[in-house]
Amino acid sequence: MRNLFKIALRNLRRYKRRSALTISLIAFGVVFVLVFVAVTASIKDFMIAQITDSYLGDLQIHRGGYVASIESLPLNLNLAPGAVSQIEKTLADTKEIEAYSERIKFGALFSNFSETTNIRINGVSPENEFAALPQMRSRISEGEKSVRALEKGKMLVPKLLAQGFGAKVGDTVVVVATNKDGSVNGKTFLVSGILESATGPGGRDGYINFDDAREILRMSGNEVSEIAVRVKSLARVEEVARSIRGGLGLGEKKQKGGGIEVHTWSQLSPFANIANMIDLMTYFIKLMLIAIVLISILNVMIMAVYERVREIGTIAAIGTLPSKILSLFLVEGFCLGLTGAIVGVVFGLGIILVLNLSKITFNFGQATGLILAPTIAPMEIVTASLMVIVVSVLASLQPAYRASRMEPIDALRHV
Amino acid sequence: MSLIAAQNLSKTYSTDSVEVKAVQAVSVEINAGSFLCFVGPSGSGKTTLLNLIGCLDKPTAGSLSVAGVDVISLDRKRAAEFRGENIGFVFQSFNLMPVLTSFENIEYPLVMVQNLPTGERNTRVLDLLDAVGMSDQKDKLPDQLSGGQKQRIAIARALVTRPKLVLADEPTANLDHATAYTIIRLMKKMRDDLNTTFIFSTHDTRIIGEAEIICTLEDGKLMRCEGTHA
Repeated sequence: MRNLFKIALRNLRRYKRRSALTISLIAFGVVFVLVFVAVTASIKDFMIAQITDSYLGDLQIHRGGYVASIESLPLNLNLAPGAVSQIEKTLADTKEIEAYSERIKFGALFSNFSETTNIRINGVSPENEFAALPQMRSRISEGEKSVRALEKGKMLVPKLLAQGFGAKVGDTVVVVATNKDGSVNGKTFLVSGILESATGPGGRDGYINFDDAREILRMSGNEVSEIAVRVKSLARVEEVARSIRGGLGLGEKKQKGGGIEVHTWSQLSPFANIANMIDLMTYFIKLMLIAIVLISILNVMIMAVYERVREIGTIAAIGTLPSKILSLFLVEGFCLGLTGAIVGVVFGLGIILVLNLSKITFNFGQATGLILAPTIAPMEIVTASLMVIVVSVLASLQPAYRASRMEPIDALRHV
Repeated sequence: MSLIAAQNLSKTYSTDSVEVKAVQAVSVEINAGSFLCFVGPSGSGKTTLLNLIGCLDKPTAGSLSVAGVDVISLDRKRAAEFRGENIGFVFQSFNLMPVLTSFENIEYPLVMVQNLPTGERNTRVLDLLDAVGMSDQKDKLPDQLSGGQKQRIAIARALVTRPKLVLADEPTANLDHATAYTIIRLMKKMRDDLNTTFIFSTHDTRIIGEAEIICTLEDGKLMRCEGTHA
């Protein structure tokens, strides 16, 4: 095998310019793929974090049927106290959970004493909510930016609503809601802060203290509408969701039919489709890489076989088996692919490093000045390299097979 | 027992509507250790006959046995194996691998065909480099050698597998007379040292006299074989 590599490498060195061009082309493709994957992954991670860390959480737990009718914020589909206790115990037993926040969500009327509109209210325990949603604090554009913003009697008002009503930090507003028995109750709040929307214009989610929500709705037991959960590693969110479902004794049927539902962020947010599209784009870029490698290697190996017909005839005449001749050319293709992959990975990682050092900024939603920090998983590097090498060998297969099938007498006659 | 036995060996090439009878009913027996030359004008069938004996081509009629094996019945792979074990080739244009040094060119059949261990390979190659007087050129690439030196390396490569038979098709055609003579003398010396049968073809009348057996071909027919061992 060592001799096969020795001969293959010397043959590649024989046509220095052609080999260098082919390796450059492959390396360019690898660089393009690695940089593209790193940059898009970075942007995608920012976008997902913007959604999961500022309002959605990595996964959410509801009573069965709640998500399907979430627009009406049905109080009668809140998780019952018994279920909440069961979930709390399961979450406590799940090591991958970093934090969770129980929420009471309900529709209400919001008034500044002269105008009234509807609003979605989230009753939360501020410590838990800020722990489960690390970017929640950065959404508060005016006013108190700590857990004190959601002390009892205080309210975070969504920005567009505040602008429309002319509400400012320090103003008093009223929230009026109907509980599940049909009785109406209201409570005045001090505007403690103005809350930016997480994903752009729109958003009617106001935040109050958990106990205030219970008071308005006159809840006696520990009911909650949803539990937003933050996991230690977002990459393992599906695995954690399965673990929680297992801990709650939820099979697939129960998950769909009633009881308790556990949804990951991608099942709850339409942005998951955009994330999928980004993934799809990377697949297309990888397909382009395959095409580049396939065409360049095929071209160079066809040329190599054509130019070395007499050599092939000679080695066949002196007794080299067809399988050895096949191997000779496959190894040449392999060496081209391997060298191209190595050069590409080195340059690709270099460019990624430069991009990181350049600290390029970009905006997403209300977040501005986000620093582009492209990173690439080692597995992506391995995948791209293996893909290039495998395609190189496959592309060499046809010319190599042709060389191995040559009749020595015909090849020796070749001029 | 003869090393090569051909009976009514014929080879006809068909191109479109034209049939070319390259070899016609050749019957010949060649003993082991012979130093034989096929002579004849261009197109007389010398190369075709060598190709048939070398298992590079199949006859259209007749029988052929080389080293006791009916080589006509060998399939592609077994024919390659047979050549690798029993036959060495010397070509008119030397046909050395341009990317390999003299040493590596001679070593090539031992690596790629016979798969011998490194120690034995080195011994055999160095011995042959010495025998063909090329020890001091062992690290040179073919481009750095003269025609005569290339042919010496080609002869060493043909002999390194210790074949029963070496076939050389016009081995001196690309060489000047003095070098051609030296090459033929070298081939003869190797035959004497190793008792390998040498069959070569030529139409160079100046070196024909070096052959011990001279077989004359005309229009694909073997006209006569004459010489000291014929």
